[in-house]
Amino acid sequence: MKSIFNYITGIFKGVWTLLKGMSVTGKYFIRLDKIVTQKYPENRKKLKMYDRFKGEVIMPHDAGNYHRCTGCGICELNCPNGSIEVLTDKITTTEGKSKRILDKYIYHLSMCTFCGLCVKTCPSTAIAFSQEFEHAVFDRQKLTKVLNKQGSSLVKDIAE
Amino acid sequence: MSEEKKVIVELNENPEYIINMGPQHPSTHGVLRFEVSLQGEMVKYLIPHCGYVHRGIEKMCESLTYPQIIHLTDRLDYLSAHMNNEAVSLCVENALEIEVPERVKYIRSILSELNRIASHQLWWSAFGMDLGGLTCFFYGLRDREKILDIFEESFGSRLLHSFIVPGGLMHDIHPNFKKGITDFIKYFRKKLPEYNRFLTGNVIFQARTKGLGILSKEDAINYGITGPSGRASGFSCDIRKIEPYSAYPYVDFKEILYTEGDTFYRYVARMDEMVESMNILEQLVDKMPDGNEYTAKMKPVIKLPEGEYYQRVETARGELGVYIVSDGNKTPYRLKLRTPNFSNLFIMNKLASGFKIADLVAISGSLDLVIPDIDR
Amino acid sequence: MGYQRYDLAPLTHSIDLFLYNHLPATWAFIAEMTIIGVVFLIFYAVIGLYLVLAERKVCAFMQNRIGPNRVGWFGVIQTIADLFKLLMKELITIRKADKFLFNLAPFIVIIASFLGIAAIPFAMGLHAIDFNIGIFYIMAVSSIGVVGVLLAGWSSNNKYSLIGAMRSGAQIVSYELSVGLSLLVIAIYSGSLQLSTIVASQADAWWIIKGHIPAIIAFIVFITAGTAETNRGPFDLAEAESELTAGFHTEYSGIKFAFFFLAEYMNMFLIASVAATVFWGGWMPLHIPGCESFNNTMDFIPPICWYFGKTAIVILIMMWFKWTFPRLRIDQLLTLEWKYLLPINLVNIIVVALIVLMGWYIK
Repeated sequence: MKSIFNYITGIFKGVWTLLKGMSVTGKYFIRLDKIVTQKYPENRKKLKMYDRFKGEVIMPHDAGNYHRCTGCGICELNCPNGSIEVLTDKITTTEGKSKRILDKYIYHLSMCTFCGLCVKTCPSTAIAFSQEFEHAVFDRQKLTKVLNKQGSSLVKDIAE
Repeated sequence: MSEEKKVIVELNENPEYIINMGPQHPSTHGVLRFEVSLQGEMVKYLIPHCGYVHRGIEKMCESLTYPQIIHLTDRLDYLSAHMNNEAVSLCVENALEIEVPERVKYIRSILSELNRIASHQLWWSAFGMDLGGLTCFFYGLRDREKILDIFEESFGSRLLHSFIVPGGLMHDIHPNFKKGITDFIKYFRKKLPEYNRFLTGNVIFQARTKGLGILSKEDAINYGITGPSGRASGFSCDIRKIEPYSAYPYVDFKEILYTEGDTFYRYVARMDEMVESMNILEQLVDKMPDGNEYTAKMKPVIKLPEGEYYQRVETARGELGVYIVSDGNKTPYRLKLRTPNFSNLFIMNKLASGFKIADLVAISGSLDLVIPDIDR
Repeated sequence: MGYQRYDLAPLTHSIDLFLYNHLPATWAFIAEMTIIGVVFLIFYAVIGLYLVLAERKVCAFMQNRIGPNRVGWFGVIQTIADLFKLLMKELITIRKADKFLFNLAPFIVIIASFLGIAAIPFAMGLHAIDFNIGIFYIMAVSSIGVVGVLLAGWSSNNKYSLIGAMRSGAQIVSYELSVGLSLLVIAIYSGSLQLSTIVASQADAWWIIKGHIPAIIAFIVFITAGTAETNRGPFDLAEAESELTAGFHTEYSGIKFAFFFLAEYMNMFLIASVAATVFWGGWMPLHIPGCESFNNTMDFIPPICWYFGKTAIVILIMMWFKWTFPRLRIDQLLTLEWKYLLPINLVNIIVVALIVLMGWYIK
């Protein structure tokens, strides 16, 4: 007799747990305001990344096309993947001293793991992370970037 | 003999029915292969084959400096990146005998616990999906997103942070960090009962998990099953209790221990750990000292003194051990990682043989395997 | 009764008369068959495709997502685009597969799901064939599908497929019983297997109200067993994507895969419409005995709306099952049938026989 009772209560208990589960999905089925996904390309204007988001490494230039990179190469040393190459030129200043200036700051985005060591160790805060995240391109070559702009030069206060 | 006949003869001589689950199989969560011998639906035995995503991280570490190693440890068990970072950082700090500031210790523990919750949420989602309830996956990921947002706001990345470095932290946390955590705890305390209503109490779920793949305490110790999987069998292996590190000595929490050791209790242990992690988080956030120091004084080039160093931490899946042999250079001579998943994987044969294919999926889901951590 | 103003029988009869007046009898017969065939084919495609879309939308809303929204407004032509994609895909046949059976299997599955629609009364007078054994016919025809599933699994020469097919075989053989027995409850109540008679017998109230407890039990059993028969929801063991990758249709590609896919949705439609017809009165509007004015208002809604509305609700319930519950294991599946549904059903039938004998139901 007890087994029959258990059998029947078992059915009702089982169905009750199933109904409890269905109440959760049923609630969300009605509550359309709880939708969390977003329509991505449409919301581009509203989409704001956090300030600290590590999108890609950039070299900020000021209004007069000056950057802060001395070409010391510490970032290149610290990069674990070899995604940074700093090419420098030797020039002789007007006073006759030979001096190293930045020629090309090459950044391989395809090799970068965004560990942040380059930005952290840079002694002159010449590089930073941008919030850009749409990196997809059709050609892999485009992922190799030259960060210093054409004709830019070192900021005066560091140069002196 | 025609080809078909040959196959039939072969089958009669060797009546084993072997299927390969993986390397591309939805239930192995990555590139893991189980060679399963079946008798009807029953699993006779299974052989795990790993190494499909072997990247040689240990070898790569030998040519990198200590701060550079951090970004590779993210990629071991990508779901507990902070804990992996912390393991290496603590090992290096122990070797250098550096004491990090109190605040850094608190932040490190907060990050570990947040990461643990996020990892268990993903596990819950994937476990539900393994059992056929696809909706779990979206609920789990929805709530995990809140943690990832906190991470992104502070460290700029969502999964692989490389934030805990030898000597402290990469940079200071965001001013909104504390508020984000308290908000999240408030939110998630409301959502957790929903998880239980949706899956834990479900009669089908209980029938699918109870009494399956029972892991005895002896086996757990012999095979080195750590983490929630081991603790569900009564193996007290919580490094946070045994060898408290960072801010764990300052908080009061209990180790989740069950003695049943079946799939259902491995599930319950993880669910309880989420609650316990939230308790720890609340205490840590309350006690966290103010200020803005985030790193100890470090030399620009870290060179470990000659010797051997070992440090273990509790990740979301068990005990992670980092063993560094240094010859005094700025790169380690040898770096060995004792990863939790590698040990947890090889119990599969013992747990799953004698059960059905569907149970094999449930058991491997309950062990919460992360394949890159196995292969390294 | 008010709903008779929407009787479509005069229209169909006039078409019939027109054809027979203008053509020789044989040709008229063939023309009629062709018209019905083409209409059903279009209906089949539209219903199948839009059920796929509906399922995707329903599951998206249950999972806090938006669902398909790129192709067309609100994603309305998404599944049509998917169909074209599948049509353009290569049909891959495995070298060691049994080619004939491999190609035959999807057709058996789709034909089985196609045959069933013929006997369904869509609205008053809109009925392809009114068999006097309508329920029996639908059940018999829709269970042919398992042959296709078994063939697909066997001929694919894939171990996962074979396991899936064998599971499906065991599943359908057992659940066919429950489906039949739960329909028998209403057959006893109404005293007929003819679908038009069953619908007509619900003119005063639906059987789920008139037949009270046994009818409700029979309805729950039918929905459960019906979901299992269509290989859906928590009973999708034949596919079981987390265990068997895709079960019996692992090796199928392109439109052959789409056949399996569409057949699943059509089977769901079939089960839902049988449930709606037998338990909820089919196209019969909601009538409450004694409330004349209410009944008259209800009669203004055309029967075809009633039919599709009820079917949609049953389909929604089946989708709700699928997106809530974890999958059962094969032994639990058989336990559910042989230890729970079947005994409940048998007891239920005895109770119904007693009730009908004593006249204890609402007349």
